[in-house]
Amino acid sequence: MTATANRDTPGRTTDPKRIPGEEGVWVFVLGDMTVFALFFATFMYSRAKNPELFARDHASLNVTLGTVNTVLLLSSSLFVALAVQQVLRGVHRSAPRLFGAALACGLGFVVVKAVEWSHLFGNGKTVGSGEFFSYYFMFTGIHLAHVLIGCAILSRLIPISRRPQLTGRDAMLCEAGGIFWHMVDLLWVVLFALFYLMR
Amino acid sequence: MTRRVTLIWAVLIGLTFASFTVGVEQGAGVASAAAVVIIGLALCKVRLIGMHFMDIRAAPRALRLVFEGYVLAVFATLVTLDLVVS
Repeated sequence: MTATANRDTPGRTTDPKRIPGEEGVWVFVLGDMTVFALFFATFMYSRAKNPELFARDHASLNVTLGTVNTVLLLSSSLFVALAVQQVLRGVHRSAPRLFGAALACGLGFVVVKAVEWSHLFGNGKTVGSGEFFSYYFMFTGIHLAHVLIGCAILSRLIPISRRPQLTGRDAMLCEAGGIFWHMVDLLWVVLFALFYLMR
Repeated sequence: MTRRVTLIWAVLIGLTFASFTVGVEQGAGVASAAAVVIIGLALCKVRLIGMHFMDIRAAPRALRLVFEGYVLAVFATLVTLDLVVS
């Protein structure tokens, strides 16, 4: 499988200072990251005001499952980065498989999250179980919605990257979708640290 | 390039287990110090994901500065809230 991903987009690979993906995706990604930064700060402020309560409720979370989910998202990001590299190089034989592997990791994340939440619900922990769990379910819930959107994007990138000849637009879609997925990974890294690791 | 992103992934996994160890082993008396280390490791990971997976290292200077500024601002804000607010 060969491709002409960059032939109709002069400068995509020759200009070392090009914007990855396109400007629009960065406006969205940086905006979303800013909103999450406010979430992080709000959580830290409340935690500093009620350290004992947060330390007690933090103990109810399963750090191992959180770590498994972190490894899943980091690995999915690696697969996406490798797929996008292939697409941009114009030799993208393995790209559909790599996007598929990333999607499998993303779906694995959803399954682990479902297991984790069902354990918490079984123990009577809900969004109404105090400040810590309000933040936990709200922020990880919003993040989970991002994961599901990312999975939908990845499932769309698989057939696109399977095309023998990729247009510049196809390559841009793969790269922009990849940037969104990396943002999902990046936001989880901070959520994991705040909720699961800090006492 | 393939080797570089794979190496970055290995570093990210290593940092994850390092922060896991800090999180599990932290004593009650050093909770704040542990929190600073955990936040620092998380923001290092964020920067690696941005620079190498999102390819910001090869992006125009303005985008790099915005991203680096974001990482620094989030780190400074979270650490300040951890250490100062009570």
